Amino acid sequence: MGADQLFSHGVTLAVFLIVIVKVLVAFAALMVAVMLMIWFERKVISDMQNRIGPNRAGPWGMLQTLADGIKLFFKEDLIPENSNRFVFKLAPYLTLMPAFLIFTIVPIGGIVTIFGHTTELQVADPPMGILFLLAMSSVAVYGVMLAGWSSGSKYPLIGSVRASAQMISYEAAMGLSVATVVLITGSLSTRDIVLSQMGTFFSFIPKWNILRLGVVPFIIFVIAITAELNRPPFDLTEAEQELVGGFHTEYSSIRFAMFFLAEFMNTITMSAVIVTLFLGGPDGYDPSFLHWLWPILWFLGKTIVFLFGYVWLRGALPRLRYDQLMDLGWKVLIPISLAWILIVAAMQVNRYMGFGLLVLSLLCAVLLFRSMSIGDQSGEATDITLAPTHWPLESEAKQIAPGLKVVRPTFRSGTPESGGSK
Amino acid sequence: MTGHLLLTTIALPDLFTFIFAGLAALVGAGGVILARNPVHSALMLVMTLFSVAVLFVEQDAQFLAAVQVIVYAGAIVVLFLFVIMLLGVDRREVIQRDPLPAQRPLAVVAAILVLLEIGLLARSHWSTGQPAVVGPTNGGQTNIVELARAVFTTYLLPFEATSALLVIAVLGAVVLARRAATPTDIVSKLNTESSDILVEAVADPALSSDDGQRSHQ
Repeated sequence: MGADQLFSHGVTLAVFLIVIVKVLVAFAALMVAVMLMIWFERKVISDMQNRIGPNRAGPWGMLQTLADGIKLFFKEDLIPENSNRFVFKLAPYLTLMPAFLIFTIVPIGGIVTIFGHTTELQVADPPMGILFLLAMSSVAVYGVMLAGWSSGSKYPLIGSVRASAQMISYEAAMGLSVATVVLITGSLSTRDIVLSQMGTFFSFIPKWNILRLGVVPFIIFVIAITAELNRPPFDLTEAEQELVGGFHTEYSSIRFAMFFLAEFMNTITMSAVIVTLFLGGPDGYDPSFLHWLWPILWFLGKTIVFLFGYVWLRGALPRLRYDQLMDLGWKVLIPISLAWILIVAAMQVNRYMGFGLLVLSLLCAVLLFRSMSIGDQSGEATDITLAPTHWPLESEAKQIAPGLKVVRPTFRSGTPESGGSK
Repeated sequence: MTGHLLLTTIALPDLFTFIFAGLAALVGAGGVILARNPVHSALMLVMTLFSVAVLFVEQDAQFLAAVQVIVYAGAIVVLFLFVIMLLGVDRREVIQRDPLPAQRPLAVVAAILVLLEIGLLARSHWSTGQPAVVGPTNGGQTNIVELARAVFTTYLLPFEATSALLVIAVLGAVVLARRAATPTDIVSKLNTESSDILVEAVADPALSSDDGQRSHQ
């Protein structure tokens, strides 16, 4: 089905077994990686906050995650009375499955030969390639959304509505920055994307997409992915101070663990996708021995850099406010990525057209910025819609207490919400 | 198409995929109209859309499969769910009375027509059960490359017209949604309805102090 050489001579039993082994290895590796990632995150964040962190189970507390997992397995599994039982049970799986499936298209190494069969070191290499990432990340919305709704409780519902609005908003910017990569590669397949980034400029600068595309799509993609993952500073979905635990407030035991498994698995997978799309995947310096090993090490090294980056973001940045989140997504990321995709397309034609479009985009940006600032000043600010609409009318107040006089202060230019920030 | 022909043209794994995905699509389609809860209906619709995407992959129409999931499952049904959850229509609907007169007979007629149409399509030369081969036969490219070339050369004008139509629709929706709330409207609305309302007790002998306390809260 895919472009993998493995299938070029038809599907025999050996080929079938190789595919099964690849799936199992990928699954096991991802599970172990999640375990280590949770430990890594807790250790690094502890270090940043001057704490020690987990240090009891296993060497340097490495087995703490395993202990927590076993504990969660044996805890009581509560299903709230008001919940929609079927959907409540379904939601954790809907979050977990896309997280694993996205990893299947990530090339983690070069091309190897096992038992006389040449194969690519990735579970699947379908022609639709990177579109699969977009498809699966749009499926991931369902898990969070349905988890919140089916809990039959207020805070999870607020969390899930926030999450789905956030994920849909940032999916557009994410898709547009992926499109720039596809434009310059000329193929959707992740293997082709990685192959096209091999080689160097001036024989020492790597020809990675982060440089070939200008750094802009990379930054947009990283921000959009962070929002898509609901990780800090975009974790409004969970927002412990406001929403108890967001969409998973009502979950307990292993279902709760599955949400966290999915979150960390998604973090790893998306770091791997960033590496694949913009940093050449397994590309890197290859000494002339152990050819199969170096690409894997390069890939792992680059992924770990991004994993550390995510932990760092969590340690360093405060959570965004909801209106800031929406403004960043719709007013900043989407216009920039739209303009950049046009510039990249024009650069593919020739340089004059590319720089012409760059100038044009800058002019458009100035216009857009001016129109937005006019829109902000006209008083029709977004946070007006956040004002409660159920405050009593004069007539209602009279009904409650007939002898009361309603004193109404004059409308101020800022709404009560716009001033306070956390 | 006879059963014998079916087995010779479709390989066995493909046949299993077809039967499984086809059944899932049918179950989902039935669930959409039979489920009592609107959210369950929407989820059943997702199942149908997914199964159809699997069938597309089986026919080597990979781009179509991805777009099916991204657009329909990822955007449109999510919007359905949004509306169901936010507008609180997740209650059982009264189905004794039809919103339109003669809706049921019309539905039966439409269903028969659609079934006839599907039957006609199945009997014509269009459904071969074979995967798409346009790409490989036109010079070793994938179907996606062929599709992209067709969309951006031969069918460029309809493609651009469709995208322009979509942008116009989005702008229209924004304009319609915003017309009700021009800046002056909002200011006057806030002044009359929902600004900081303070309720003060005035010297009124008819007023009991309890009421005043309660409305202060």
